[in-house]
Amino acid sequence: MVDIPVEHFSYIALFVFFAGLYGFFTRKNMIAMLMSIELILNAVNIQFVAFNYYLYPDLMEGMIFSLFIIGVAAAEAAVAIAIIINVYRRFKTINVEKVNSMKY
Amino acid sequence: MSEALYLYTVLIPVVLFLSFLFTGLFGNKMNPIVTGFISTAAILFGLVVSYYTAYHYFFVDGLIDGAYPTHIAFDMEWLRFTPMLSINMGVLIDPISIMMLIVVTTVSAMVHIYSFGYMKGESGFARFYTFLSLFSFSMIGLVVASNLFQMYMFWELVGVSSYLLIGYYYEKPSAVNASKKAFIVTRFADFGFLTGMLLLAYFTGTFDLVALTNPEGLAIASAPVMGFLGISVVTWAVGLIFIGGAGKSAMFPLHIWLPDAMEGPTPVSALIHAATMVVAGVYLVARLFPIYVFSAPGALEMVAIVGAFSSVFAAIIAITQTDIKRVLAFSTMSQIGYMMMALGVSGFYGEAGTGYMASMFHLFNHAMFKSLLFLGAGAIIHAVHSNYMTDMGNLRKYLPITHITFLIAALAISGIYPFSGFFSKDEILVAAMAKNPIYFWVEWAVAGLTAFYMFRLYFSIFWGEKREYEHKPQEAPLSMTIPLLLLAVASAVAGFIPFSKFVSADRIPFEVHFHPLIAYPSLAVAALGIIVAAVMYMKPSKTPDKIAGSLSGIYKLSHNKFYIDEIYLWFTHTIIFGMVASAASWFDRNIIDGFLNGIASFTNMVSEKTKGLQSGQLQQYGIYMISGVLALFLVFIYWIS
Repeated sequence: MVDIPVEHFSYIALFVFFAGLYGFFTRKNMIAMLMSIELILNAVNIQFVAFNYYLYPDLMEGMIFSLFIIGVAAAEAAVAIAIIINVYRRFKTINVEKVNSMKY
Repeated sequence: MSEALYLYTVLIPVVLFLSFLFTGLFGNKMNPIVTGFISTAAILFGLVVSYYTAYHYFFVDGLIDGAYPTHIAFDMEWLRFTPMLSINMGVLIDPISIMMLIVVTTVSAMVHIYSFGYMKGESGFARFYTFLSLFSFSMIGLVVASNLFQMYMFWELVGVSSYLLIGYYYEKPSAVNASKKAFIVTRFADFGFLTGMLLLAYFTGTFDLVALTNPEGLAIASAPVMGFLGISVVTWAVGLIFIGGAGKSAMFPLHIWLPDAMEGPTPVSALIHAATMVVAGVYLVARLFPIYVFSAPGALEMVAIVGAFSSVFAAIIAITQTDIKRVLAFSTMSQIGYMMMALGVSGFYGEAGTGYMASMFHLFNHAMFKSLLFLGAGAIIHAVHSNYMTDMGNLRKYLPITHITFLIAALAISGIYPFSGFFSKDEILVAAMAKNPIYFWVEWAVAGLTAFYMFRLYFSIFWGEKREYEHKPQEAPLSMTIPLLLLAVASAVAGFIPFSKFVSADRIPFEVHFHPLIAYPSLAVAALGIIVAAVMYMKPSKTPDKIAGSLSGIYKLSHNKFYIDEIYLWFTHTIIFGMVASAASWFDRNIIDGFLNGIASFTNMVSEKTKGLQSGQLQQYGIYMISGVLALFLVFIYWIS
């Protein structure tokens, strides 16, 4: 396990990050967009844990930070779903392109 | 100067002001007649207080060290700008302010009473009396002003009340135009007054009239001798002040508003445009007389020339007018020219001050007989329902009281012994002769013209052809004839007042002497004028038309008032509107507005082009944001480090 170089974790994280970004920009369903955001957050988590392990093996900050991010992500998901439910009640859709009343 | 003597005089303007406020605020809620009574009561109160003051001043207190003193009855700081500059309100009592108090309250009271008959049944009866109160208040504030600034303020107030009263029939376009014209012309002239007053105050540091006009040690003496364009500062200042006075007093060439002002109700013409407001200019010059005579003889010469010219000019126009009120208006202008001329030729000490005394005397007499003429004209118009003498004739059968009183006034203005005009006109001619015979002969000729046009008016109205009237003309009601009779008595006997005992430039009484070499020629020329008028107009005849035909050029010039109005119109339309104003308006519309509109339309264009960016599409915003972050990222990586 120690043999895996740190770059590989970065590749994975980069792939997951851009997958999330792509999903966020292309999926029209708000739930799917929320899931994409989770992907982005998890890409960041991978980076935190990997770099913590490789650079400062005797410290725990990176690990704890990712735990925080997981906690915050859970809270954020709860808020986001509440918003989405409200949007649905109002617009009868969760297609993000249809929810466009805030414009010029 | 004693303190607080005559403090009660302050009640006159205060009571009139309260009357104005009360009638103005509640006039439309009560019976109009009650409003009239309140207003009349206020002016009668002023009348009583004025006469009492005059009696006390001249006969009880009398001379102090051989001269009439100046009292500051009341003085109060009104506006305080800086410790150096504050404006007071006060009451100044001296011979001329008392004389003006008497003139204003007497004529105003007569007009108040007269208007009960004349304005009866008019819809704006209460409004009329409110404005009369306002006018009387302002005029009294003007004459008792203790400083120039107060005078200026009330000067503008009388202008406003004159405007309001000329425009009394505000449904009539001609009345509205006339009121605007009067206001604009006098306001334009008042600009001269304001500038002159500020110049004077700048160089003396005071508005106070007592300090300004003290003959020993004039406050203005410290001003630089040579000012602008080789004319001293003080001459500029009092010259400009005279322009203000000339505007109010309808002196050439600022007289154009006065004939049009006849659109107002006739009692208003009698009060404002014959007896009181139009002589405010004369009063102003008389007030500042020590400055004129000691420091600005050039300006005084201008006063004399303008006065003399206006008197001739107006007399010539008056001969050919057919609207009786306009004849009287031009006659007013001519008589005020007399007063101005008399001030202009006057000296200061003793008998050299005859002109000053004569001017005030004539002002007093003129107020009486001219308001009588106007009120008589009002009674005639009331009976005949026309302003034109061509619609009148043979009225002496129908209007006996008006006839007699009008005749007395006409004799008085023509200067026939023993009516009042004779005495004052005689003194004016004496003063003119003492200064320069040219003035004398000019005014002598004007005296003849005056007699002629007055009796032309008189004969055309009361004599002339027998004619049938659709409605039989009726003598005016008692409320109108009583003021006529009272004023007729005043016009007949006022000449016997020994005026030089009361009013003189240096406040020291002097004796006037009878000058047969002046009195007889002036009587002769007046008699000649009357006889010529009698021959031409007493019986219907063709002579007037023939003469008018043979002198058609002059006749037309005079009938059209020398085209002064047209010259003004041409000047305003062609020069001011056509050249200056249209260029200014082009600049405003194209350059100024163009610049601002350009900014607005540019902003508008940019926003039209860019507003599409705010599409409401969340994912687009995200892309913009990420692209921006990436761009910054690249910048940081490749350029900054």
